[in-house]
Amino acid sequence: MNYSQFLNMIPEATLMAVLVIVFVADFVSAGRKERRWFNPLVCLLMLAQVLVSFVQTDAVSAFGGMYVTSPSANVMKTILAAGTLIVLIQSRNWLSRPDTSFKEGEFYELVVSTLLGMNMMMSAGHFLLFFIGLEMASVPMACLVALDKYRHHSAEAAAKFILTATFSSGVMLYGISFLYGSVGTLYFDDVAKLLAAGTGNLTMCIMGMVFFFSGLGFKISLVPFHFWTADTYQGAPTTVTGYLSVISKGAAAFTLMAILMKVFAPLTEYWTNMLYIVIVLSITIANLFAIRQSELKRFMAFSSISQAGYIMLAVIGNSAAGVTALSYYVLVYVVANMAVFSVISVVEENNGGVTDMDAYNGFYRTNPKLAFLMTLALFSLAGIPPFAGMFSKFFIFMAAAQQGSAAAYAVVFIALINTVISLYYYLLIVKAMYIKDSDKALPTFKSDCNTKLALAICTAGIALFGVCSCVYDWIAMAS
Amino acid sequence: MVPVECFFVLSALLFFIGVFGFITRRNLIAMLISVELILNSVDINFAAFNRILFPGQFEGFFFTLFSIGVSAAESAVAIAIIINVYRNYHSDQVNSIENMKN
Repeated sequence: MNYSQFLNMIPEATLMAVLVIVFVADFVSAGRKERRWFNPLVCLLMLAQVLVSFVQTDAVSAFGGMYVTSPSANVMKTILAAGTLIVLIQSRNWLSRPDTSFKEGEFYELVVSTLLGMNMMMSAGHFLLFFIGLEMASVPMACLVALDKYRHHSAEAAAKFILTATFSSGVMLYGISFLYGSVGTLYFDDVAKLLAAGTGNLTMCIMGMVFFFSGLGFKISLVPFHFWTADTYQGAPTTVTGYLSVISKGAAAFTLMAILMKVFAPLTEYWTNMLYIVIVLSITIANLFAIRQSELKRFMAFSSISQAGYIMLAVIGNSAAGVTALSYYVLVYVVANMAVFSVISVVEENNGGVTDMDAYNGFYRTNPKLAFLMTLALFSLAGIPPFAGMFSKFFIFMAAAQQGSAAAYAVVFIALINTVISLYYYLLIVKAMYIKDSDKALPTFKSDCNTKLALAICTAGIALFGVCSCVYDWIAMAS
Repeated sequence: MVPVECFFVLSALLFFIGVFGFITRRNLIAMLISVELILNSVDINFAAFNRILFPGQFEGFFFTLFSIGVSAAESAVAIAIIINVYRNYHSDQVNSIENMKN
């Protein structure tokens, strides 16, 4: 075997090195009381990983076409690594508690290994590597959800997550087996060629595609497959919820798009109709449910389901502009959502572990800076100009509308109406912070420097990614 | 040789028994067993398709091997989590872990 092939998979190789270093550091220093250097070390390693994946390589394939990387996948890997860096920075506050500090190393290792799985999944060239990458991402994710193991809700959330994750991968594998029985190969390129040539039984291929789509739909939590989302997001530790809602969702959405556009390109007319229905349902139903929530993490779960619907809008364009729009949307979503989750996390620490929306009544009076940053992030999620969220929504709508059919225009129109509904429920939090007054408003507190750093990065992203066209240009040029 | 349709019917039956069990069973371990049925039906599909339809290659067999390995890892984690649920709630019934609705 030619071992130099490993040099073609630089992001994965460096991530593996990060994992080993973190593991050894954790192992050597286990049992020490204070490990102040641990979080900065992990953050620096992750920063190096971001810079390494930032260096673009051409499209290469290794291991006989099992591993294929494309410039657009590289862009997505960079974005996700940067998002993970933000998660790691803001996790310190939570991990310095006495009941969690001994699990610090485990948390970092699990996060890095899920990211490794997502990278594998995004640059797979064969359904086998895709499947292994997906499992590498979702099995450690279940452990992350269960990390707070003495809290009842965490155990409950983890049980729901692991059962739906295995169920959905079973459904997905059943679809892949249909595809295999029909065309006789599992390489993405070969499957696409054989489907285009009309080999195999069309009905079986379509059934395979539908099963496959529903399996991945569970991972992205699109609407008919979203039942686990609210409970898992609410029960998981807040930092993990943030990670789950942006990084893992972005990776799965990108993979679904790549496979639909590359492998199932000959079946485009079938999957676009399916996507229309799923997108409209995801956005509308999740918005209607979000209005009724009074628990903030549950609320963010429904918000993330509707954001997943918006992300999938990029796919119906079926064009290079769609790929760029999706990556850009995920980038903006990462910074906005991580800002919200950083605030939720520090409020939770200062409010005895409760994340109800009532805790935010009168928040502006006592903690004006945090309230202001939270407002910016929520405005970006809702898509109010001049924040980045407005631009990302604009590019997504443009990519979808370019498809040109009447149905695509109708879906974009429904999505537009839904942005107004989403503005309403995001403003409910803003209203609680600014207008509602409460005698029991949270007392003024100082957040630690890691939370401040994470919030500063996120806010800079929210403010600048929209107005600096270089960010969009970079993604468009690289992909 | 047994025709491929027989394997196909067998695996489809297993798959839908698994889905049915996953939806109707109210016990976490029973749900896990149902999921394993689904994964086994997939393995049967891959092995049978490879043996009968595409005898010249090994892709399906290898997929089966990997899928068995990965599903073993998954159920190990799932059982660990279910044990943790049992320690917290002293029960492994689904209705005892419905505490997060508003």
